[in-house]
Amino acid sequence: MSAASEGIQCAYIEDLDEVWARPSTLIETTMHYCPGCGHSVVHRLIMEVIRELNIQEIAIGVAPVGCAVFAYHYMDIDMQEAAHGRATAVATGIKRMLPDRMVFTYQGDGDLAAIGTAETIHTINRGENIVMVFINNGIYGMTGGQMAPTTLEGSITSTTPSGRDLAMHGHPLKITEMIAMLPGAYYVTRQAVNTAKAVRKTKRALMNAFKYQMEGKGGTSFIEVVSNCPSGWKMTPIESNQWLENHIFKNFELGDIKTPPKE
Amino acid sequence: MAKTRGHISIDIDECKGCELCTVECPQDGMAMSTELNRKGYHYALLVEDVCTGCTNCALVCPEAVITVYRENKANKTKEKVAVITDVRDNITVTVS
Ligand SMILES: Cc1ncc(C[n+]2csc(CCOP(=O)(O)OP(=O)(O)O)c2C)c(N)n1
Ligand code: SF4
Ligand code: SF4
Repeated sequence: MSAASEGIQCAYIEDLDEVWARPSTLIETTMHYCPGCGHSVVHRLIMEVIRELNIQEIAIGVAPVGCAVFAYHYMDIDMQEAAHGRATAVATGIKRMLPDRMVFTYQGDGDLAAIGTAETIHTINRGENIVMVFINNGIYGMTGGQMAPTTLEGSITSTTPSGRDLAMHGHPLKITEMIAMLPGAYYVTRQAVNTAKAVRKTKRALMNAFKYQMEGKGGTSFIEVVSNCPSGWKMTPIESNQWLENHIFKNFELGDIKTPPKE
Repeated sequence: MAKTRGHISIDIDECKGCELCTVECPQDGMAMSTELNRKGYHYALLVEDVCTGCTNCALVCPEAVITVYRENKANKTKEKVAVITDVRDNITVTVS
């Protein structure tokens, strides 16, 4: 069967308006992420928010070490790469020297919740006025699927071939709940991108976080996105999303953890 | 009640064949091609003319390669445009 004989070949778009298109702030190139990886969706959502808030010229992102190490190839804004785990330290310096810029970090769970735990805690404890985007996919994706602090009990990874054993490897770390109790944490939420509904909610959360920074409300906004890693989990993208619904969300419950005080 | 009419166009050579859009379409209007695209993936297609322009497929697409169109009843004077999607390069022609 030829390509042209499949699908709806020609639809007359009469009086149809374009209602959704790729944001102009996302660079027109192929991302290196594996098929179905949530990193790509979150990149796009941040770029949608930056475009809609009209802050492309004043936004500065800090990219992590991990699969998102090339985020600066895709986001059409000023960006800085940080050493593994140190993104929030770098973002602190940028925001303090350039307080009128809108600064955010983008970090995986190995980056933010393992090697960078100290930076994470102390940045939020100081209440730095930045946005932190935390991609929790329960694994070290880039380096070949090793156990992360967030890996669930019993999960098989390349470093836990018989499953994560709590006595041996400790408990899955809920760093988001931990940092929410710090006075410097202004807005803390846990979202996902596995369905269209979840994507809409994550975008709203990102929008809130950037608005709080623009208003200078004081405090760090922290958005965890519970995401997938089809390659590291050895699943198809559809299976990985089902795994999220059936297992991961039971341990990492979605929703707001700390919301700003009502005025 | 008649459904709102919509349509999508997919940049098929940028599709990575993850299939996430097909499960997210509430109208079950999408499927994967039997052909491979330039990257070697089966690509997503709108195979039934049931699209309402809900944008669900575009929201979950990691590659951001789906553009969504929707009927706008207040906009009857717009020129008629046909977008031909599942050929190697998207072609847009104006129907006079
Ligand atoms: C100082 C240092 N230690 C270790 C590494 C190796 N390393 C690269 S990425 C990574 C973990 C990435 O996992 P995560 O942050 O969860 O991101 P993901 O790839 O899953 O998106 C590690 C340990 C490194 N690059 N630098
Ligand atoms: S290894 Fe995992 S986290 Fe990295 S791009 Fe692939 S699916 Fe995404
Ligand atoms: S979601 Fe995007 S990349 Fe995945 S199959 Fe659909 S069009 Fe292709």
